[in-house]
Amino acid sequence: MSSMTREETQALIQEVLEVYPEKAKKDRAKHLTVNDHEIEQSKKCITSNRKSAPGVMTIRGCAYAGSKGVVWGPIKDMIHISHGPVGCGQYSRAGRRNYYVGTTGINTYGTMNFTSDFQEKDIVFGGDKKLEKLIDEIETLFPLNKGISVQSECPIGLIGDDIEAVSKKKNAEINKPVVPVRCEGFRGVSQSLGHHIANDAVRDWTLGARDDDDTFVQTDYDVAILGDYNIGGDAWASRILLEEMGLRVVAQWSGDGTISEMELTPKVKLNLLHCYRSMNYISRHMEEKYGIPWMEYNFFGPTKMAESLRKIAAFFDESIQEKCEVVIAKYKPEMDAVIEKYRPRLEGKRVMLYIGGLRPRHVIGAYEDLGMEVVGTGYEFAHNDDYDRTIKEMGDATLIYDDVTGFEFEEFVKRVKPDLIGSGIKEKYIFQKMGIPFRQMHSWDYSGPYHGYDGFAIFARDMDMTLNNPCWNKLKAPWLASDDDEASVAAAGE
Amino acid sequence: MPSVMIRKGDGNELLFYIAKKDQEDPIETVETDTEEAWGGLVTLTDGSEWYIDPISPRPTFPTTLRFKRA
Ligand code: SF4
Repeated sequence: MSSMTREETQALIQEVLEVYPEKAKKDRAKHLTVNDHEIEQSKKCITSNRKSAPGVMTIRGCAYAGSKGVVWGPIKDMIHISHGPVGCGQYSRAGRRNYYVGTTGINTYGTMNFTSDFQEKDIVFGGDKKLEKLIDEIETLFPLNKGISVQSECPIGLIGDDIEAVSKKKNAEINKPVVPVRCEGFRGVSQSLGHHIANDAVRDWTLGARDDDDTFVQTDYDVAILGDYNIGGDAWASRILLEEMGLRVVAQWSGDGTISEMELTPKVKLNLLHCYRSMNYISRHMEEKYGIPWMEYNFFGPTKMAESLRKIAAFFDESIQEKCEVVIAKYKPEMDAVIEKYRPRLEGKRVMLYIGGLRPRHVIGAYEDLGMEVVGTGYEFAHNDDYDRTIKEMGDATLIYDDVTGFEFEEFVKRVKPDLIGSGIKEKYIFQKMGIPFRQMHSWDYSGPYHGYDGFAIFARDMDMTLNNPCWNKLKAPWLASDDDEASVAAAGE
Repeated sequence: MPSVMIRKGDGNELLFYIAKKDQEDPIETVETDTEEAWGGLVTLTDGSEWYIDPISPRPTFPTTLRFKRA
């Protein structure tokens, strides 16, 4: 295994850029960089959060995806209306695997799709009446819902419907929160603005609901988990650790979360922020308005987890700090066993990542715990504050790519030749057909959880299962395989 | 005149967060930094300079203020 030098990586970027026309080349060059630990501020080496160049294949989503799909969607006891034509909601329905407890269709609605199914006449005459009717129908059919959010799709903004007015009116009528969210897909350059809009809607329409109500019994150990969407059960695997430490988790935002938990969050002592990108806005707001400090943590892999648990414990008194050490010690043998089992099978393997909000930097530690090396990473929709945080985590002279295009990613992979790629469903089959082991790192490839100690065991197993799968030796038809291939297969012993 | 949120970092240093740009940098120096007033010319660690008329009494952080480019 040989790593590329800084010059080689730089040359690779230049080579890949060669095919673009002059203007696109100049533009894309700003989004690709070689990691340099000397640089403190990412704005000196990478540009991010810009509109994708027309004509290239991008992997981004829209603001509606960021709000409905990411932030609001997982709040299980609310009904989230995909307001507009049917497709946006239907094609994304239940795709994120945000697990929750409850009876779907009775008191929870996570995997269902509610839409106003806009037709031509709604575009022409406006859809506010339809929205009112829809909310009434929801109230009749699903009376146990605790609130409704109206997630605008593109046409709503284009035809200028007044969803705020409808929401206010209905809120008064049904006496439940009705939250209009202006997350039309055309806003912003990616799903990232959708997160921001969703955060602002939470701030403006729900967060302050219990400000004058002190009936909730508080303790000194109340915390909230922010930015964990419980993909494959992630938030549960994190929550149990915090509880073992003696903390009380008041709210989960928003995986397996409820609107009442959100309303209680201003009463906690500390906000724990996992996905910085999608929920830093509301954390900052709560810090300013309620004086609640927030901290970022990382529950991927035992090394980072121990660091984070200690950092969390440092906010509290000694009893918590003691219990924190007990928790770390308790899981240590388990983790050692996992590493002992998988590390020899994964040692030295090289990984390339291209994912979303926090994982391109957060999972690096987990791979390193298994002796693997992340040689390239990138975000679909990061801003520069994400890259600031990434530079420190990544090895020197590794590749960093922002909003990578389909072409660039393929070329990088052909040259860097990683042993494993972690990215999304759109990339999965391309790379598998190229013969490279692949994990879908958005929804954990239908596995998970990957957070927490329990998650790490599953993470390690999954990586091994993918990387050392015998199928990778069978990609060439037997009559095309040369003797060399057979010899190498035999030598690999798989 | 961007809105800037100022908050305390881990080491009690002041962080200057420009919401519009998602940029957060530690503050290097503040022209007026006394018990009674806070403001004036503010220099960040990245070298950029910002200005706000000194506020008195000194605000409690975190807080959102409007700065001018100096
Ligand atoms: S861009 Fe608009 S039409 Fe497309 S999925 Fe997003 S909201 Fe729907």
